[in-house]
Amino acid sequence: MEVIFFYLVALIAVLSGLLVVTCKSPVNSALALVNTFFCLAVFYVMLHAPFMAAIQIMVYAGAIMVLILFVIMLLNLGVEPLKKYTHTVWGIIAGSLVFILTFLFITRGQTSKVAGAITNEVVMREGHTELIGKAIFVDFLLPFELASILLLVAIVGAVILAKREV
Amino acid sequence: MITTTHYMVVSAILFALGTFGVLTRRNAIVIFMCIELMLNAVNLTFIALSRQLGNMDGQVFVFFVMTVAAAEAAVGLALMITFFRNKDTIEVDDISLLKW
Repeated sequence: MEVIFFYLVALIAVLSGLLVVTCKSPVNSALALVNTFFCLAVFYVMLHAPFMAAIQIMVYAGAIMVLILFVIMLLNLGVEPLKKYTHTVWGIIAGSLVFILTFLFITRGQTSKVAGAITNEVVMREGHTELIGKAIFVDFLLPFELASILLLVAIVGAVILAKREV
Repeated sequence: MITTTHYMVVSAILFALGTFGVLTRRNAIVIFMCIELMLNAVNLTFIALSRQLGNMDGQVFVFFVMTVAAAEAAVGLALMITFFRNKDTIEVDDISLLKW
């Protein structure tokens, strides 16, 4: 049962990814990308990471895609003109090369047999949010503070770039 | 039985699709959306491996990837708006001011 569900969600995710790459109108690509984000959130729940699934929907589908759709509507782009792709053959060669190489080292490589302390039972018992909170605020405090400064810089930069007169 | 390899193959397919989109599409916003697709494929790999190795490091890294992606979205789209204001187009073939 879980196998069928996984293959169904994987098929929808890959088809949505294909639609993102091949749609003529940017709005259709954006909606297909939102669909991909929802499928990935389902994958995160299947992988016992419900907090990351909620964050994925809130940040990606809820903030970034809304921003992209605002910009598409603001620029009033319309449908793309005739030529949608450039250098299609090189793109297909590069994409298939990336996939073949990645597939080879996925199936031939081995991860280390270290079984860490945080198993599925620990996640279910202690709560995923608490585990991530412990990791971020104890082990990874410096990257967390740097991320907040990065967001501040991004906000200031975006406002300055998009103003009419500086 | 769904192993980690299944999740990583799905992630590889999404990454390859994103690569194809970045290299071939002409609209700058669609290129940006394909970059987000690639970032999400890598996020899926991180979380799958974090589950297999029993560690929280992969998921914390995904958290920071999402933060950086949000910051990059804001700045990149502001850049595209400014460029559209000056050149009235957003095709990357026309963004060629720096060519010799």
